[in-house]
Amino acid sequence: MNTTSRRTLLGFELTPRTTAAILIAAAILVLGLYASIVRFFVGLGASTNLTDQAPWGLWIGFDVMSGVALAAGGFVIAGTVHIFHLKRYEPLLRPAILTAFLGYLLVIVGLLFDLGQPWRIWHALIYWNIHSVLFEVAWCVMLYSMVLALEFAPVVFERLRFERPRRILRTVTIPLIILGITLSTMHQSSLGSMFLIFPEKLGALWYTPILPLLFFVSAVMVGLAMVTVESLLSARLMGREAHMDLLDSVARATAVALVLYFVLKLADVTLRGAWSTLLPLRGDRVAWLAELSLTVVLPALLLASRRVRASWSGLLLSQGLVVLGVVANRMNLAVLGLVSAAGGSYFPGWMEFAVTLALLTAGVVGFALAAKHLPVFEGHEEPGLT
Amino acid sequence: MSYGLLIDTTRCVGCRGCQVACKQWNGLPGEATHFQAARTNPPDLTANTWSLVSFREVAVSDSRVAWRFVKRQCMHCEEPACASVCPVAALRKTAEGPVIYDSKRCIGCRYCMTACPFGIPKYQWDSATPLIAKCTMCADRLAAGEQPACAKACITGALKFGERDALLAEGRKRIIARPDRYVDHIFGEHEVGGTAMLYLYDVAFAGLGFPVDLPLYPLPQQTWMVMSKVPVIAGSMAAIMSLAYFFTRRQRGLDAEKARRASGQAAVVAPADPALQADGPADKEASA
Repeated sequence: MNTTSRRTLLGFELTPRTTAAILIAAAILVLGLYASIVRFFVGLGASTNLTDQAPWGLWIGFDVMSGVALAAGGFVIAGTVHIFHLKRYEPLLRPAILTAFLGYLLVIVGLLFDLGQPWRIWHALIYWNIHSVLFEVAWCVMLYSMVLALEFAPVVFERLRFERPRRILRTVTIPLIILGITLSTMHQSSLGSMFLIFPEKLGALWYTPILPLLFFVSAVMVGLAMVTVESLLSARLMGREAHMDLLDSVARATAVALVLYFVLKLADVTLRGAWSTLLPLRGDRVAWLAELSLTVVLPALLLASRRVRASWSGLLLSQGLVVLGVVANRMNLAVLGLVSAAGGSYFPGWMEFAVTLALLTAGVVGFALAAKHLPVFEGHEEPGLT
Repeated sequence: MSYGLLIDTTRCVGCRGCQVACKQWNGLPGEATHFQAARTNPPDLTANTWSLVSFREVAVSDSRVAWRFVKRQCMHCEEPACASVCPVAALRKTAEGPVIYDSKRCIGCRYCMTACPFGIPKYQWDSATPLIAKCTMCADRLAAGEQPACAKACITGALKFGERDALLAEGRKRIIARPDRYVDHIFGEHEVGGTAMLYLYDVAFAGLGFPVDLPLYPLPQQTWMVMSKVPVIAGSMAAIMSLAYFFTRRQRGLDAEKARRASGQAAVVAPADPALQADGPADKEASA
């Protein structure tokens, strides 16, 4: 490459645009590093705005709770392709698995930041409490991260031409994927079950015995939305054509999931007779209404339109709303709902934002590097195959 | 044998002897305090203040307000939410009554803090190796046959230590003896399934500063309803996915065959066809 006098960094050609992106990423990572040092050497009090009245904040609500949901595309697309044999979605599979794998890694790193005793994260292996939803979530996340590593490993083996391990892995692909779907079903829904211990804290609009079901359905819809957003953005950044035909079908599936979620929510509030608790309008009730109208109904309507589904920006906007909505939902429950019940107030400090942004940046950089150096996008698109 | 405290707020004079005794026995450092409108000091329980006398100004009639002093500390629930949510079983309800904390297990997830209906577990936010902190009902003193430090220090008889059943009987006796004085309710008898700390009072409950409208069932039962079904849900999902795999694979094979027939090609492969090797390169070559 140097012979053409073009300068590169880790395989990326240094144009003014990529240089600017790299500098911005580096700046975020430096801020994140500073915040990390404060976090781990001084403590949570010095690095966050968390208090006894707000024990959970941005890192739990966004990095962990939302992170797990946003990474749901991995099990959804894996199931679509390998279990339901809808092979035409295969081009979406490897990027989805990669996104999920990186997503879970970031969830675990985010959790290490938030845990007061992160070096004891493995304690759930030896100290059991089968009554704890979080115990189950911990096991599922740990096992599913391993499953994702194995699901992504063939891509690495392909690049390194490790034929034997690749063939061995292929023999267990299907059991592995069924295990991944099972583990995902368990912990995606269990993240909702975690809120069942708060009947007296969350309002009647939010607190329902079907929280696990709502969490599972919303994980499926946001998984599909994230796969779309990631496909659209990576295609644009890498100068490829996005698979608009596939994304059109994914958008229809998202719309179906949104409608299902909407119906579940309406039926649930109606059957429990909780509509009366909508008034008088307060912060958390406005948030509930906004979440349902702007991030469930609106994207469902948008995605029902063929014109929106056919346009890059239309798809990005409507699926982006879905992503935003699920993040808002997790934050509303895990942070806003609990903090206001405890009579506290909380807004993340700059170091909390710095760590979260640094983790996101690390995820994007990781994705870009993997896409550059591993057969993530071209892998299965050998000519002549449908 | 499960112990607890009967806390008769009508007998408390707000001397805070219990608060100091708690600090002394547990070796907890003092906190910088300051003047403020509410006289409770420090204003809330913290990682260094496990027991606190809350000063409440309450309406005792239409025209009169009066002080009531409400000691606050861990309620030592009969079925504690904190212990049920802890992923590493660091919190545990003992047979003697105290809900105790094994700091060596704690990973610092703070789920106990959010789950507690009384907002009791507090965190050492200023430490780089923080732990949860809360009242232990002096489990160490109980083991030595002593009563909790706070109860021992109480000079007015507002705190009475004993077996929970006996304390409930004593509480009811006091209410019956002075129905003009007490509200006919022992706070903690049924709330969230019952607590080891039992309160008697003589003013409107809302004035005491406790959460109102607490459920009368134990909170952990809400999660157990779902947790107990997890194995069934997981098993069903695995079974459904396995069936879906075999069904769609067969379907796909039949479709491929139909397509071949329709396009006039002879079915070169037997019905148990290439799709059976789904996911392999052979499959791709065949369908290409």
